Amino acid sequence: MSLLELANVTKRYKGTRGLNGVSLSLDPGKIVGLLGPNGSGKTTLMSLIAGLAHPDSGTIKVQGVPVGLATRSLVSFLPDQPLTEPWMKVEDAVAYYADFFADFDREKARELLSFMKLLPSDPVTALSKGMSERLQLTLALSRRVPLYLLDEPIGGVDPVARGKILDAIVEQYSEDSTLVVSTHLVRDIERIFDEVILIQEGKIVLQQEVEDLRLSGVGVEETFREVFAE
Amino acid sequence: MPIEFDNNLPIYLQIMTHIKRQMVTGALQPGDKVPAVRELASELQINPNTVQRALQELERDGTVESRRGLGRYVTSEEGKIMAIKKEMAGELLDRFLEGMKELGFAGDDITAIVADAIQTKQEGKGEEV
Repeated sequence: MSLLELANVTKRYKGTRGLNGVSLSLDPGKIVGLLGPNGSGKTTLMSLIAGLAHPDSGTIKVQGVPVGLATRSLVSFLPDQPLTEPWMKVEDAVAYYADFFADFDREKARELLSFMKLLPSDPVTALSKGMSERLQLTLALSRRVPLYLLDEPIGGVDPVARGKILDAIVEQYSEDSTLVVSTHLVRDIERIFDEVILIQEGKIVLQQEVEDLRLSGVGVEETFREVFAE
Repeated sequence: MPIEFDNNLPIYLQIMTHIKRQMVTGALQPGDKVPAVRELASELQINPNTVQRALQELERDGTVESRRGLGRYVTSEEGKIMAIKKEMAGELLDRFLEGMKELGFAGDDITAIVADAIQTKQEGKGEEV
């Protein structure tokens, strides 16, 4: 059974943004890159899978279960906007997540915090954009679920720190779960992907194994450029 | 990062070459344990599935051997290292010959140039190349 199954999913926002008849299926045990320019529908797709928004039409199932309350325990979502409250310290944010999600692993969170060089006593509002992203990533990866959705996890961090964050993702990844990572920074991150999905104007234009792309002599970055050439 | 990958070539092939090179240079000795998938994945910052595939392919061609429950080990078979050296030398030669062809050299010219270069080096260093 597929881990994730989307059938003909459409979601319209005002204007042209959204998704237009998207169907796709993902297997367990993969790191998948969701690639596309800004406004192509990456965040919409992730919010729908996470159950934070509802499609106008079509169905989304995680492990065969339609997205809803029941799939909340199957999906960990790292949104592109922080979910923490301004009064919180790093330790409060962790406690909040631990209270909220029964699958939250405090030990894993502790390891990740120290790996990310985050201090439990740091107020979340005092964190730089990059540090704040590291906190969000810590929170999202500390849950034990079959499906992780990371929306632009490395957008705000400098290139050196990107390497560290990729390390954390690779290290924390367990082979029986699937990780979907959206990004427009293809070059820095493509080496961790098994598979890429290219999305453009709310439609999937390509879903392929990365090593197959490379075998055909055209890497991910080049494919990305070709598909999204203006 | 210990190796720079070419993103336009399959990474599992590059990992295979990386390990074979370590065997040829002696960084990995016959009978040595090959690092576990996890370990290699985080060392190389590569997806564990890709590392797994590289190691499986190495196992298939006899470069490494799997011991149940213990992990993978570099083959102790004598001929294997020599075979890998020949394979790598072959690749170097192919590239060299192609380059020379582009420059307009062929056959005996190339042999003469190579012989000349080896001689010059020997005289310069006073030792064998």
